[in-house]
Amino acid sequence: MSELSAQAPRGPIGKIIDSDIFYSYRTSPVAIVASIVAVVLILAAVLAPWIAPYDPFNPRTLNLMDGFTKPMSESFSGNYFLMGADHQGRDVFSTILHGSRVSLFVGLSATLFSMTLGVGLGLVAGYRGGLADAVIMRVADVQLSFPAILIALLIFGVARGLIPPSQQENTALIVLVLAIGLANWAQFARTVRGATMVERQKDYVSAARIMGVNPFFILIRHILPNVVGPVLVIATIGLALAIIEEATLSYLGVGVPPTQPSLGTLIRIGQQFLFSGEWWILFFPGITLILLALSVNLLGDWLRDALNPRLR
Amino acid sequence: MTQPLLSVRDLSVVFHLRRGDFTAVNSISFDIMPGEVLGVVGESGAGKSMTGTAIMGLVDRPGEVTAREILLKGERIDGLGEEAMRKIRGKRIGMVFQDPLTSLNPLYTVGEQLIETIRRHLPLSAAQARQRAIDLLADAGIPKPEERIDSYPHQFSGGMRQRVVISLALAAEPELVIADEPTSALDVSVQAQIIKVLKRLCAERGVAVMLITHDMGVIAEAADRMIVMNKGEIVETGSVADIILRPKEPYTIKLIEAIPSIKAQNPRFAAATARGEGFAADNIDTPLVSVENLVREFDLSPSMLARITGRNRKIVKAVNDVSFVIRKGQTYGLVGESGSGKSTCARMMVGLLEPTSGTVRLEGTDIWRDRNASAKRRSKIQMIFQDPYASLNPRWRVGAIIAEPMRALGISHNATEIGDRVADLLEKVRLDPAAMRKYPHEFSGGQRQRIAIARALSSQPEFIICDEPTSALDVSVQAQVLELMSQLQEEFGLTYLLISHNLAVIRQMADAVGVLHNGVLVEDGPVEDIFGAPQADYTRMLLDAVPDIAKVA
Repeated sequence: MSELSAQAPRGPIGKIIDSDIFYSYRTSPVAIVASIVAVVLILAAVLAPWIAPYDPFNPRTLNLMDGFTKPMSESFSGNYFLMGADHQGRDVFSTILHGSRVSLFVGLSATLFSMTLGVGLGLVAGYRGGLADAVIMRVADVQLSFPAILIALLIFGVARGLIPPSQQENTALIVLVLAIGLANWAQFARTVRGATMVERQKDYVSAARIMGVNPFFILIRHILPNVVGPVLVIATIGLALAIIEEATLSYLGVGVPPTQPSLGTLIRIGQQFLFSGEWWILFFPGITLILLALSVNLLGDWLRDALNPRLR
Repeated sequence: MTQPLLSVRDLSVVFHLRRGDFTAVNSISFDIMPGEVLGVVGESGAGKSMTGTAIMGLVDRPGEVTAREILLKGERIDGLGEEAMRKIRGKRIGMVFQDPLTSLNPLYTVGEQLIETIRRHLPLSAAQARQRAIDLLADAGIPKPEERIDSYPHQFSGGMRQRVVISLALAAEPELVIADEPTSALDVSVQAQIIKVLKRLCAERGVAVMLITHDMGVIAEAADRMIVMNKGEIVETGSVADIILRPKEPYTIKLIEAIPSIKAQNPRFAAATARGEGFAADNIDTPLVSVENLVREFDLSPSMLARITGRNRKIVKAVNDVSFVIRKGQTYGLVGESGSGKSTCARMMVGLLEPTSGTVRLEGTDIWRDRNASAKRRSKIQMIFQDPYASLNPRWRVGAIIAEPMRALGISHNATEIGDRVADLLEKVRLDPAAMRKYPHEFSGGQRQRIAIARALSSQPEFIICDEPTSALDVSVQAQVLELMSQLQEEFGLTYLLISHNLAVIRQMADAVGVLHNGVLVEDGPVEDIFGAPQADYTRMLLDAVPDIAKVA
């Protein structure tokens, strides 16, 4: 095979372009479309304060007379609304940009939190085995037998009870991240535990143990880099799940405060007007949520296949 | 001249990969006569397995098979459709693969699998097929075949399972059996029996065999003619005796020279006798390592309750009262079949597994119980593993891998100093120092094992435990690695514990030898005493069973 690898281009960018992952990406139309959609949506959300045509949360720029303006038309006060306006005369397009910002922030932070927790516990369970393994995995089993949204609701409710009402507005986002994160760690723990048990048996770990390398170092430097592959896959799919969970919680009215509406909040507001003919208030946030979750999910699916040599 | 049974002309197998085409088999031609055993030998990647797979029409995408013609008794079998090919496989060409565990379906009894194969290809009733299956199993040397026919594959040992696979291959009275490494997963003593069974059954039935193996010793014992393959091409063809005794091609000569023979005396012993001195192993010297009454039990009790109450307890003594000493600067060889406790011994001596009882002393210090024992153990003992693919962390650069012992043991924290030492070590194991910036997957098996040796040396140990260091490597690479180990031993005054199932390697490398059988040390002594005049029956049986190129008729 040496004559084959000799043609491989040098340099870091050349290596990326030449890698199997990038090849799999190049030859998968689904992955290309999904990544373009995801990147556009994420960029739009991140840049919301700069690219949104109107500031939907500044009461001084709002005109109640603009309420229920149809999409792609000029309003009473002469503003042009691409996706129409809601009952208070807010530009739906601008609220979506700001709303996906909140949704993405909560989704990403919650996924990061559940990943850190799940990977950590999974590593310990897989490496130590015995009692630690039994306790951690039984807790995970119990948690997996509840719907994640129920657990998130429960945690959210408990936090509401503990935090004084005056602080609730400020801490709502953090509580939401913790609730969604805690509801999703078990998937990470299970996968990492399995992979860790496989890696632990390998001779490079034995070699490190012979030298007296401390177990924490073995876990972090030796085993962790070898188990990140499947973790990335779950994290991607988990991100889509977390975004949907946030939307569900906000839809139920227990999520983000009304001053920082997310996509879920927008959908809740929009559904009130669905039957009176003002469909756009619900339709556009709904489509955005679907596109965001679907594109991230498809990327996760592709990543799982690309990293699994048996499916190639 | 009689018509050849199988005639292959210009067979090529090309894999269309994204980085270009890879030619696994390059336009080879050969014949197999009826009733002949043709050995196909070569190192990994030589294309020998691919040849067998291509003849059976089992090459998958992205592989492509092209051939001028493949004739089975004068009929073309290349380019046949999948349906027609399936009738030939099993019926006219039987197959035996390396791993008997995966070539049998674990969900069906061996009888069901045999009867199904027989009835698909032969017009027999169920009862007749069952009788034939029993006869086949009896022929293959399975005791009490009437009872065993209803057992599941997992109820057989590895050797017995391979006998079943051979019965299965012969079930439909094929004209040719393609056996791909049929004995490579088995112990030496079982290997010898399986070769005999395969040879006898095929001779009785006049079945031709294509025997694919990397082990020249197996070919020497079983085959009539042989083909030597290298990089997808046939290097040499001829009778087995001709090729082994009078190889013509440089590649074949190199290959045969690299094979350690169990008949060859230990080179150091020979040199010492020539000088008229006693052999070093006979000298009474202070031992560096001494193992005293070492025992390791494993609790295989079915439940926690059984462990506590003591009922239904099942305790296996993997290592049972083993004692031996290793002298400074020498190599102690530990031989035994799989499950004999060799690796368990090694794990206890290196500090990975605590002994149930008994002691391991290094320069008088008990490495498990004395104060500061673990510090001493870590700085003086190192280990080289069997599988050079699993023993190096794939995510680390070679430089970091080799430097790990120095960092872990606090020998040095200065980056430049460590870098210099790593470069030095790479040169010592005959690798380019630039290798330190690469990852393990960029190296071949032999080079990886050199990296593993460099890592073992980096903490400047006195005692290195080598657990099957060359059994995952090709013979020519094995010879290089063994030579490197000998040179390093001389240069640094190292002491080795060499664990191997390959008796020829042990005879070549070791000064003293211990023979393990079911956890018990059955024999122990200087290498030439053990190989020249074995005392224990087990040792004698083991020595007789080894297929060796010197045994060629």
